[in-house]
Amino acid sequence: MGIEGVGARVARKEDKRFITGGGRYVDDMVVPGMKHAVFVRSPHAHAQIKKIDVQKAQGMPGVVGVLTGKELKADGIGNLICGWMIHSKDGTPMKMGAWSPLAVDKVRYVGDAVVIVVADTKGQARDAAEAVEITYKELKAVVEATKALEKGAPQVHAEAENNLIFDWELGDGKATDAAIKSAAHVTRMKIVNNRLVPNAMEPRAALGHYDKAEDHYTCWTTSQNPHVARLVMSAFYNVAPENKLRVIAPDVGGGFGSKIYIYPEEIVCLWASKKTGVPVKWVADRTESFLADAHGRDHVSTVEMAFDKDNRITALKVDTIANLGAYMSLFSSCVPTYLYATLLSGQYNIPAIHANVRTVYTNTAPVDAYRGAGRPEATYVLERMMETAARELGVSPAELRRRNFITSFPHQTPVIMAYDAGDYNASLDAAMKAADYAGFTKRKMDAAKQGKLRGIGMSCYIEACGLAPSSAVGSLGAGVGLWESAEVRVNAVGTIEVLTGSHSHGQGHETTFAQLVTQRFGVPIDSVSIVHGDTDKVQMGMGTYGSRSGAVGMSAIVKALDKVEAKAKKIAAHLLEADEGDIVIENGEVKVAGTDKSLPWFQVALASYTAHNLPAGMEPGLKETAFYDPSNFTFPAGCYICEVEIDPETGLTEIIQFVAADDFGNIINPMIVEGQVHGGIAQGVGQALLEGAHYDPSGQLLTASYMDYTMPRAGDLPSFKVSTSNTPCPGNPLGVKGCGEAGAIGSPPAVINAITDALGVVDIPMPASPATVWATIRATKH
Amino acid sequence: MSDVSLTVNGKRVSGSAEDRTLLVHFLREHLGLTGTHVGCDTSQCGACVVHVDGRAVKSCTMLAVQASGSTIVTIEGLADGAELHPVQAAFKEHHGLQCGFCTPGMIMTATDMIARHPEGLDEATVRAELEGNICRCTGYHNIVKAILAASETMAKGAKGKAKQAA
Repeated sequence: MGIEGVGARVARKEDKRFITGGGRYVDDMVVPGMKHAVFVRSPHAHAQIKKIDVQKAQGMPGVVGVLTGKELKADGIGNLICGWMIHSKDGTPMKMGAWSPLAVDKVRYVGDAVVIVVADTKGQARDAAEAVEITYKELKAVVEATKALEKGAPQVHAEAENNLIFDWELGDGKATDAAIKSAAHVTRMKIVNNRLVPNAMEPRAALGHYDKAEDHYTCWTTSQNPHVARLVMSAFYNVAPENKLRVIAPDVGGGFGSKIYIYPEEIVCLWASKKTGVPVKWVADRTESFLADAHGRDHVSTVEMAFDKDNRITALKVDTIANLGAYMSLFSSCVPTYLYATLLSGQYNIPAIHANVRTVYTNTAPVDAYRGAGRPEATYVLERMMETAARELGVSPAELRRRNFITSFPHQTPVIMAYDAGDYNASLDAAMKAADYAGFTKRKMDAAKQGKLRGIGMSCYIEACGLAPSSAVGSLGAGVGLWESAEVRVNAVGTIEVLTGSHSHGQGHETTFAQLVTQRFGVPIDSVSIVHGDTDKVQMGMGTYGSRSGAVGMSAIVKALDKVEAKAKKIAAHLLEADEGDIVIENGEVKVAGTDKSLPWFQVALASYTAHNLPAGMEPGLKETAFYDPSNFTFPAGCYICEVEIDPETGLTEIIQFVAADDFGNIINPMIVEGQVHGGIAQGVGQALLEGAHYDPSGQLLTASYMDYTMPRAGDLPSFKVSTSNTPCPGNPLGVKGCGEAGAIGSPPAVINAITDALGVVDIPMPASPATVWATIRATKH
Repeated sequence: MSDVSLTVNGKRVSGSAEDRTLLVHFLREHLGLTGTHVGCDTSQCGACVVHVDGRAVKSCTMLAVQASGSTIVTIEGLADGAELHPVQAAFKEHHGLQCGFCTPGMIMTATDMIARHPEGLDEATVRAELEGNICRCTGYHNIVKAILAASETMAKGAKGKAKQAA
């Protein structure tokens, strides 16, 4: 490893602009003639639109346009879609209700966009938005998924009877039932995974610019996948054909899944720009983000886990109801199915698994992937069950897990996944050692002397990321492929640009990806630039989510580097009159092995472009493209241990220590990987202790600002103890797994296992806020 | 409309703005200083922190007209030419940022925090003092590390300068 190559803790190349105020986010973009948009949103969770009167608003100062859904439809703009088809177990396709970018006849959640107002300033647009008069006929709303399934519940979409979108299953129901029937012990729980709001710090934004002279659109948007945005806006929403639409996702201030989807606002801004003849910019305020960003989680599950007399798991049966909100967001259907039920085997040998999942419409914000997406829900189910089972069986939580660990690979689970590599004992051992697990009993006794309640909890997670072979996801209903592309351009002076379809919104690709190039050719990292986030620059890409930019995005770069290296060697062999097989590239030089013959790297590059003396028949230039389609998912795994101390007088939980021992395979930049784990843990701890989206029964979001929704702050968290072990992934050329979501996947059950251990209770709802903990202590005493 | 005159990053600037214009919007939209960010609208997140007359202030809590006559430093004015401020350098060295959106506010808060604690900082103090700044990416781990490191560097620097003066 060099100081800038693979494995080195290289400080980030992209930092300079961010620490000096030079970042360029969508809200920082200014286009000549640009105007500002405000959306008029539904104040009701469920209502018919009787009348929209925009006349008064149109006459307000500075207003250039007030546009409604009727006009949008008249111009042929299409409805939003869900891009992953799921069939119910009876074979019927999922029941997708229409989602118009601007509501026409009916609104279905508080925040549903109805009218766009465009004015010279944002203040003027806001004033005019206040003057838009909409007459609604209110309807009864339903916000809880379980209630939405009840007979007589308000009907969110006519297409979905009883609000049921699909009733889907995975696994062998008969075998699972039989194993439960004959089990020596069965642990049963109802497990709730609370609804969260992703809360990237940069609110969503869109700037639509229609160029009349060229009949061409440009959209600057806060997207994790600008190419998918262009594809979907073009193919399904009829905004413009792809060659007439450029999508740019510049610096994006965090995503966590919430910026994967194509939302109404960017579509409407593009359309409104053509309609009004001016560039239109919209930037969400924070309450708008709470109301109208896709939320995450919101599962209710009934679970049974069966054991034989030796405490080996014989079966797992899960019945889950997932709230998908008012409309089906872009990937909403795959989250509680193929990203959830397929992970229910966890790190364990489980011979029989059956999962049944019903997804439901309610009058709440759409729910889609949020950091982890289905895998945190699966891990929470499993690891809460393992903890409870260990307590019921009277064995240590670590021993119960060890007894059931998968130890030989490859391992085929009963729920589709084929695990390729792992060492679950290694991460459990590392975590227990780092946490001084053996010393816990003494620490608990010491705390008790101070009147405090100590608890310790662990969680052994596995996740699947990358995601997977395009043919495999296609057969499961995906509307897209899940490959990635890369282009490596060596310039005539030897500097290198890498164009990638991955998008960086905090992950540090500009550094990590450049390390691959430095490693390969020995050129300084500053002579390598990573280009991403612009459909006019990068040919095509699938973007960043599902911890895929390492395993898939970097694998595409490796493939392109292979091609560049092969061509460079051919050129060098020709110039140095040597055999191609004897050429080596190192430290910025192209050498003939075992001789003193060499060329500087830039001369090979230059020779490829001057083309004065190339091997016969070779095309000039040194630029190669690759598409990489993964051969399997990749399976990061690890063990997290959380130790808490609770003040029984206040219910306040303090995290005394949090240990993460992860196996991410090979690592390119450990500093960046650790940062991903830290951030993920903070979000997982946030879910367990602080965060929760709450609607009142009428569908008003009660947690719609940072004064009501508790974000984790520095004082809520400790410094984390993180470490990694390594079983390289055999499925990709770098042997890497994925590290972006692990923290958020593994940590919630570790925290709740610790709290329930401290309190001596079976369960406590998330978030285990001081009020909830305090009430639980009081309820237990009586 | 009101006239607003400020000294921003060492330069005298003036302009006229709607009375309701917040300082953050004046900086971003009138002066083009887009390094200061808006993350929440309710003065909770701290992405908009700047220094007003030497003190850290959330620039969304203040009207531009209220700030008139003040001396303002924003993230764009923190470095000494090409040389990064020690807090900026520490954020880079310790990976104290990921998406970069909260970073300007974090750095301006940290600079103020270090100045108010010439006796030095410990982890508990840093975490408590970061109450007004939200980061969603880093889990604060490396931000805390960066602030502690910058605090030490700056204390050494101050001692060095004092020695030189003596």
